[in-house]
Amino acid sequence: MTVPIAQVEIRQREDTCVADNGFCPDWIVDNFDRYVDPFFQHVLLTVVAMAIGFGISFSLALLAYRRRWLINPVTQVTGILYTVPSIAAFFLLLPITGRGFTTAEIALVAYVLLIIFRNVLTGLDNVPEDIKDAGRGMGLTDRQLLWRVEVPLALPEIMAGLRIAATTTVGLATLAFFAGAGGLGEQIFADITFKSNVVVAGLLAVLLAAVLDGLILLAQRAVTPWTRAVAAR
Amino acid sequence: MSDAATLEFRSVTKRYPGQSEPAVENLSLTVPAGEICVLVGPSGCGKTTAMRMVNRMIDITDGDILLDGRSVKERRPAELRRDIGYAIQQIGLFPHLTVGDNIATVPRLLGWDKERIRARVDQLLELVSLDPHETRDRYPAQLSGGQRQRVGVARALAVDPPLMLMDEPFGAIDPINRERLQNEFLRLQREIRKTVVFVTHDIDEAIKMGDRIAVLKKGGKLAQYASPAELLMYPADSFGEDFVGADRALKRLALQRVRDVNLWRAPLVRVGEPVAEVRAKLSDAEVPYPLLVDDEGRPLGWLSEKGLGGERVQDELRSNPKPILDLDDVLRDALADLLYEEAQYGPVVDERGAVTGVLSIEILSHALRTDPEEVPSGADAL
Repeated sequence: MTVPIAQVEIRQREDTCVADNGFCPDWIVDNFDRYVDPFFQHVLLTVVAMAIGFGISFSLALLAYRRRWLINPVTQVTGILYTVPSIAAFFLLLPITGRGFTTAEIALVAYVLLIIFRNVLTGLDNVPEDIKDAGRGMGLTDRQLLWRVEVPLALPEIMAGLRIAATTTVGLATLAFFAGAGGLGEQIFADITFKSNVVVAGLLAVLLAAVLDGLILLAQRAVTPWTRAVAAR
Repeated sequence: MSDAATLEFRSVTKRYPGQSEPAVENLSLTVPAGEICVLVGPSGCGKTTAMRMVNRMIDITDGDILLDGRSVKERRPAELRRDIGYAIQQIGLFPHLTVGDNIATVPRLLGWDKERIRARVDQLLELVSLDPHETRDRYPAQLSGGQRQRVGVARALAVDPPLMLMDEPFGAIDPINRERLQNEFLRLQREIRKTVVFVTHDIDEAIKMGDRIAVLKKGGKLAQYASPAELLMYPADSFGEDFVGADRALKRLALQRVRDVNLWRAPLVRVGEPVAEVRAKLSDAEVPYPLLVDDEGRPLGWLSEKGLGGERVQDELRSNPKPILDLDDVLRDALADLLYEEAQYGPVVDERGAVTGVLSIEILSHALRTDPEEVPSGADAL
C-alpha cells in the first residue's frame, strides 16, 4: 500500500510571498476555485457519516432502552470503535474495502456511534417516571409512549449528541483522504508547508463545523419549543 | 360512556414474588356508581397497589375486580385504561405538549375528529375553572401548581370515563390551595357524578372527600369500610380508633359545611348610611360590630367606633374582614381559618362574593357539642 500523500505543485515560483510560504491574500483570491470541490466532498463525507451513524445508533439505543442487557455490549463495542485511531482504521480497512468513499465512511460512522448512542439512551432514561406512569395509566401502549412521549422528551439530549458528533466528524473527515476519499484534508496535505493553503482549507473546515452546529441548534429549537416556555407569572 | 360505573373488589389479593406478606390481602368492597370511595391508611397498607390493580397497572394475583359486572382481566390493558380516568400526585403532565394537547391525548388515541376534540378541551378547561383562551396553548411549565393539578383532572376526565382513579391528587399542593382544590373537586363531582377511587394517607382529606372510606391496615387488610360519620363515631377496632385519632369530635367538624349551620345575621353597613339606622341594626344583631360592605355586598372590614362618630357612616375600619369564608367550606377548615386569623367572627360569602352571614366561634363550639346522631352522613353533607 502506498501512502497517498501526493505533493502537488500548486504554486508558481515567481511570487515572492508565495515562494516564502507566506499568507498571500492575492493568491487566495486567484486560487479559491480549487477549494470548492473538496469542500463539498467534505460536506458529503460528514453528512453521510452523520446520517448513517444516527440511523444505526438511534436504533441500537431504542433496542437497548427496552432490553437493558444490551447496553453493556453495545457500549463496549462502540467504545472500542471510538478509541481506534481513525488513521489506523483507514489502513486496517484498505485491504477489505479498498480505497475510496466507502472506507472513509465506515471509519467515520464507527467513530460517532458511541456519542449518539449514549446521548439517545441518556435522554430516554431521563424521562421522569411519573410522566411515563401517567402515559401508561391513560392507555398509551409501549410503542405510543415511546414515540409520543419518550422520544420527544429525549430530543434535547439527542440533539446535543448530534452537535458533538457533527463537529467531531468534520474534524476527522480531514483525514479521509488517507483512504482516498478526498475532502479538505487532501488540500491541506497537498502542500502542508504553504501557509495560505493550510489557512484557507483549515478555515473552511472550521466554518463547516460551525455552520452544521448552528443548523442542528436551530433544528433543536424548532422541535423543542417547550424547553423555552418559562413560567409566565 | 358518560354514566358512572359500579366497581367491585372480589377477594382481591396481591402478592409480590419473593415477599412472604401479601401487599393486599383478600380485599372485598363495592363502590356504588357515582360515589367517591377513599382508600386511606398508613404507608405500606397497599392502598395505591389496590387502586392500581383496577386499571391493571399492577396485575391481580388472586380474586377479581369487576367494572359494571365485567372483569377487568378480560380486557386489554391499554383499552381498559382509556376508559378509566387517571390522576396521580405528580400529575405527570407531558411537558412537551401544550395544555390542550395534554387533555387531547386520550381523545386522539380514540380517533376523535379535530372539531370534537377542540370543543371538548375548552369545555373541560371551563369545567375546572381555567380560561380556555389563556390556558389552552400554554406549556405545563408556564402554569402554577394548582393550575397544573386542574389540568391533570381535566385530562383524566377527557373522554368522560365512568370511573376515575386518583392517587393523592392534591398531595403536592400547599394547604391553602389544597383546600380550594378539594372544594372545587367536590363541587365538580356534584355535577359529573363519577365513580371515584381516591387514595390518600391523610384521614382529614378522607373524611372530607369520601362518600365511603376504606381504612386499610399494613398488609392490605381492610379494617373498616364505612361512611365518614360512621367511621368517626363507631371505629370498628382499636386500629381504626387510633388511625382516626383522639380528636374525633373535632374531626366531625369536617362532616358539616358552613351552609349546613345557622349563621348569624351580620349588621351590614355601607358608607354614607345614617348612623342612627346602624345603631338600631346593632341592637338586635348577634354580632356586636358593624360589617362594612361595598355596593356589591362584598366585605370591606369591621367598622370602628370612629366610623360611627358623625351623622353618617364613615370609612373608618377597626380591622380587615379576614377570614372570609365560603358556604362550601367544611367547618373544620373554617375553624382553622378563624384561629389562624385570630378572629372571633368570619363573614361568609356566596358564589358572587356577597356576605350572607357571619360564622362565629360560638356557632362552631355548638356544632362540636351536637349529638352525634344528628351528624349527617358524608353523602348528605355534600
